[in-house]
Amino acid sequence: MVTAIQPIADPPLAAATMRPRSPGTLRACTALLRRDFVLAWRRRGELFLPLLYAVIVTALFPFALGPDPELLARISGGVLLVIVVLAMLPALEAMFRADLEDGTLEQWLLAPQPLALLALTRVIAHWLTTVLPLIVVMPLLGALLDLPVKVLPVLIAALLLATPLLVLLGSVLSALTAGARRSGILLALMLLPLAVPVVIFAAGAIAAAQSGMPYLAPLTWLAAALVLAIVLAPLACAAALRIAVES
Amino acid sequence: MATPSALSAPLLSAHRLAFSRNDEPVFGPLDFSLGAGETLLVEGDNGSGKTTLLRVLAGMLPPGDGEIRFDGQAASRDTRNGRVLWLGHRTGMNESLSARENLGFLAGLYGTHTGMTAAIAMERVGIAGWIDEPLRTLSAGQKKRVGLARLLLLPGDIWLLDEPYANLDRHGIDLVNALVAEHCAGGGAALVTSHGAVRFADPNARHIHLAT
Repeated sequence: MVTAIQPIADPPLAAATMRPRSPGTLRACTALLRRDFVLAWRRRGELFLPLLYAVIVTALFPFALGPDPELLARISGGVLLVIVVLAMLPALEAMFRADLEDGTLEQWLLAPQPLALLALTRVIAHWLTTVLPLIVVMPLLGALLDLPVKVLPVLIAALLLATPLLVLLGSVLSALTAGARRSGILLALMLLPLAVPVVIFAAGAIAAAQSGMPYLAPLTWLAAALVLAIVLAPLACAAALRIAVES
Repeated sequence: MATPSALSAPLLSAHRLAFSRNDEPVFGPLDFSLGAGETLLVEGDNGSGKTTLLRVLAGMLPPGDGEIRFDGQAASRDTRNGRVLWLGHRTGMNESLSARENLGFLAGLYGTHTGMTAAIAMERVGIAGWIDEPLRTLSAGQKKRVGLARLLLLPGDIWLLDEPYANLDRHGIDLVNALVAEHCAGGGAALVTSHGAVRFADPNARHIHLAT
């Protein structure tokens, strides 16, 4: 995939001295990943907030529902799923905001790399820095809610498939609303209907695992949707970014 | 691509280029060409469409009418990207990152001139001591100089500079003029906008005047 996108034609001789071969797409993606990781590290306090939110909400549930282990075990899978979806929502809005405001997106647009590839790299960086920590603490949150041990792997698998899908969908909406002021609630309203099928399939897998039924089918559906989104969402995201820079 | 006609064609040319916003003409129709080694100064009052013209040339706005050509070929992402360097009102760099980190990232996207590094470029624009400071601690003029360092570092033969003199002191203005002259002497070309308050170095440079 990487070699297919690299420029094939040699530049004209006269321009060759001015214009060395543009760096490969792989190098560009690595540079963007490194930049986003450095930025994330500088703002690690902000990244900690969704994590804190998830832990607090999870800890509140047993207090609100009463410490009935059977009830908690029955609902914990679905509750954790919804908590993760809600915890990752606020960060989605800021995915391209700063880059639009400081003009970085203008530089992206003129770079010799396909814009869709940069958008996909940004999605990966965003998922790794803001969503992966939520999945990492899942065993702890599961323990707080008495999640059955046999369900935990299925929950984590469902999250590993569902959250990148949501970030991909969110990236398109985030690019569309990047130019709008206070777009947070707008993004949430637009994303939640799109998130419903994702949540249904993920919840289906968890419910099946809980009742000892085969849970592979809903997971496979999620994986298929994820593959489709990896191909299509960056293209839509790139088109939306162009519109954002134009206006 | 490397045909003789492509080599002799101007780096950038515009034919009957015009742009309208809500059916109000902003500029044009304009005809001009920019060959290797040439500088074109775009002058006009505030709101006369200088920035819009540059954004259209950079492909950030679709041209309303007319045609843009790079090396004689119709402008497209393939013919434009990687060879146009854009210096606009916004720095194009993240305020939380240092100049070294910002330039390093852009070098990853665009590549660099052979033998050029962020440190050398920062030295040249006179703010080598600020290379590891977060950009937000720099003054507006210093940020502009980091933008100039970006022009030095990244390859790209067509410079589109939107008000490069803004926020710069007298030495900074001389620096811009020296960099543009050097770039053109090396076979590049530059389009520079100015509202006319700053004297451009080369009195013989061609002008486009945009009227409001």
